[in-house]
Amino acid sequence: MSTSHAHPTSGPAPGAAEPPPSQPRETTEGTVYTVTGGDWDEVAAAAARSDDERIIVNMGPQHPSTHGVLRLILEIDGETVTEARCGIGYLHTGIEKNLEYRTWTQGTTFVTRMDYLTSFYNEAAYCLAVEKLLGIEDHIPDRASVIRVLLMELNRLSSHLVCIATGGMELGATTVMVYGFRDREMILDAYELITGLRMNHAFIRPGGLAQDLPPGAVEQLRELLKKLRKNLPEYDKLATGNPVFKGRTVGIGYLDLAGCMALGVTGPVLRSAGLPHDLRKTQPYCGYENYEFDVPTVDTCDAYGRFLIRVEEMHQSLRIVEQCLDRLEPGPVMVGDKKIAWPAQLALGPDGLGNSLDHIKKIMGTSMEALIHHFKLVTEGFRVPPGQAYAAVESPKGELGVHAVSDGGTRPYRVHFRDPSFTNLQAMAAMCEGGQVADVIVAVASLDPVMGGVDR
Amino acid sequence: MSDHKEPVGANPDQDVNANNLPGQRGDAGEVIGTRRGMFGANNGGDTTGYGGLVRTVRLPGASSRPYGGPDGAAGYGVFDEIADELEGALDEQGLLPENAIEKTVVDRRELTFHIAREHLPRVARTLRDDPALRFELCTGVSGVHFPGDKGRELHAVYHLRSITHNRLIRLEVSAPDADPHVPSIVDVYPTNDWHEREVYDFFGLIFDGHPALTRIMMPDDWQGFPQRKDYPLGGIPVEYKGAQIPAPDQRRSYS
Repeated sequence: MSTSHAHPTSGPAPGAAEPPPSQPRETTEGTVYTVTGGDWDEVAAAAARSDDERIIVNMGPQHPSTHGVLRLILEIDGETVTEARCGIGYLHTGIEKNLEYRTWTQGTTFVTRMDYLTSFYNEAAYCLAVEKLLGIEDHIPDRASVIRVLLMELNRLSSHLVCIATGGMELGATTVMVYGFRDREMILDAYELITGLRMNHAFIRPGGLAQDLPPGAVEQLRELLKKLRKNLPEYDKLATGNPVFKGRTVGIGYLDLAGCMALGVTGPVLRSAGLPHDLRKTQPYCGYENYEFDVPTVDTCDAYGRFLIRVEEMHQSLRIVEQCLDRLEPGPVMVGDKKIAWPAQLALGPDGLGNSLDHIKKIMGTSMEALIHHFKLVTEGFRVPPGQAYAAVESPKGELGVHAVSDGGTRPYRVHFRDPSFTNLQAMAAMCEGGQVADVIVAVASLDPVMGGVDR
Repeated sequence: MSDHKEPVGANPDQDVNANNLPGQRGDAGEVIGTRRGMFGANNGGDTTGYGGLVRTVRLPGASSRPYGGPDGAAGYGVFDEIADELEGALDEQGLLPENAIEKTVVDRRELTFHIAREHLPRVARTLRDDPALRFELCTGVSGVHFPGDKGRELHAVYHLRSITHNRLIRLEVSAPDADPHVPSIVDVYPTNDWHEREVYDFFGLIFDGHPALTRIMMPDDWQGFPQRKDYPLGGIPVEYKGAQIPAPDQRRSYS
């Protein structure tokens, strides 16, 4: 954003005998010039007078190929990008602040909306942090952990599919886009079956899950796996050997290992630089140490390598989902501590999904204490002992970290999300400067930023 | 946490024998505020009769050796190794470790070094470059505002990850509200560029030496720092079935 103060061509050339373009105004941030009411002809004439070909282009925030409301400020010389900066914040919704005004459980409803393509990761990271604060990491039922892993890996598939689909569309490969969204839609149907919602689930809760799997889910998931296994090779066939695709992506968006480490880049981008760093392997959570899967790497450091990694990661995710289905054992999906666990599971009644009739009968008919307990836990929430915790998961985009601070209350004192999209987007300048304008699109697509996560 | 009565990471609310009666929980630790009343009602009158209760809110305090490790086992562990190496490396540079490290906290199987703010860049560089430490990856900085922690209102919390040794530590520095300055570590960890801008944007913590410390999320001419505790959440009352529902931060609530 700093460059926006210094557009060399946005006003008359310095030293020209023209009136100043605007009146300076002092703010806490320094002097601000607001250029209003200028005559476009004068601006254009001034730009024409300047002898260099430097032009500053604002790409976005409303541009179909910038992945949401991302504003790229490019200084271009002909077709070459000489300087690139990001303008972000257009989708800032204050979720971290809002969390401080809701209970710990209600927080999942907010965090699931951050990076809306990786909802389950946001929820899982948040819940792992809360569970760490509560000291109940070791008491989470196995079934809950297995279903968490299952949902997260399905989510990795759907997120990578969107990345490949939109990335393909930005290159003009609309078939890749249609295929990607077709397959993602099947996964969203599975979400809908399990959580009731296609996106923004709030399904993973501190202590476990909101619900158990519905009847028939395992069979349907196996059907889904069969279909996905059939469809995934199509991306290879469409793109991997495609000379046009390779021409657009090989060597583009180059970022080597030193650059990745300095810029804090994680996820497929880091693995495309050859480092097999994956939190699922190095710092396992939710029982990832019990699953067999590989961490694919390439050493091309470019957009093409990242595409290959994403495709291979989808195959590995299918493997993990299959193992999850085999490992599912009947059991509870919520921690046993009644001071934390939601009082009742939802059940299907004559008027739709709601509190189960048995539970209603109990709290309204037989146990005043159960009613009080239900009321207190739902309206007031549980207390979390003071302290801070950091929990990180390997989201499809990289390390998703949650720093949660409690002051002993029923609400978070502070929750900070270290979103991988936010951190990775900083690498945009390093990837794009010196390249062509058309390659900016490819480089940004290979970072796979989602502005909901960047801006939060 | 050895001076604390509960085992590390235990939830006192789970155990009826734990020392968790109001006003007694955690006599050790760092006081960051007070809580009044039994149920934490902070809007409207307290009709419970417990309104006179005053409790201090304490964060986990300094730990003593041995620090143990991330597996929660007692005795000499990985955390001691990290602390030894860091203290040794600072010593070699002629910096007294006790001047740089204000205190060391081990809580919930995590290691936190509280660093004096003027020494933060040196400590960060040591943590990154020392072969025995090698914290190559910084996962950014998170601000926390403790209005009740007088003289240390603004905290900046850094999480550093060592891929070489597969470790994670936390650095915490604080600055008073009256002098909200912390040295920038962008030249050590360039990834902190945007993270420090974000903390500046939301908390008003000024990172000295940052190449371009401007707002990043909020508009450039925004007044105030939204994530501070004294900054209102905002919102408007909503009418629902004839009743006025106040904005979220104006509702009667328990915390």
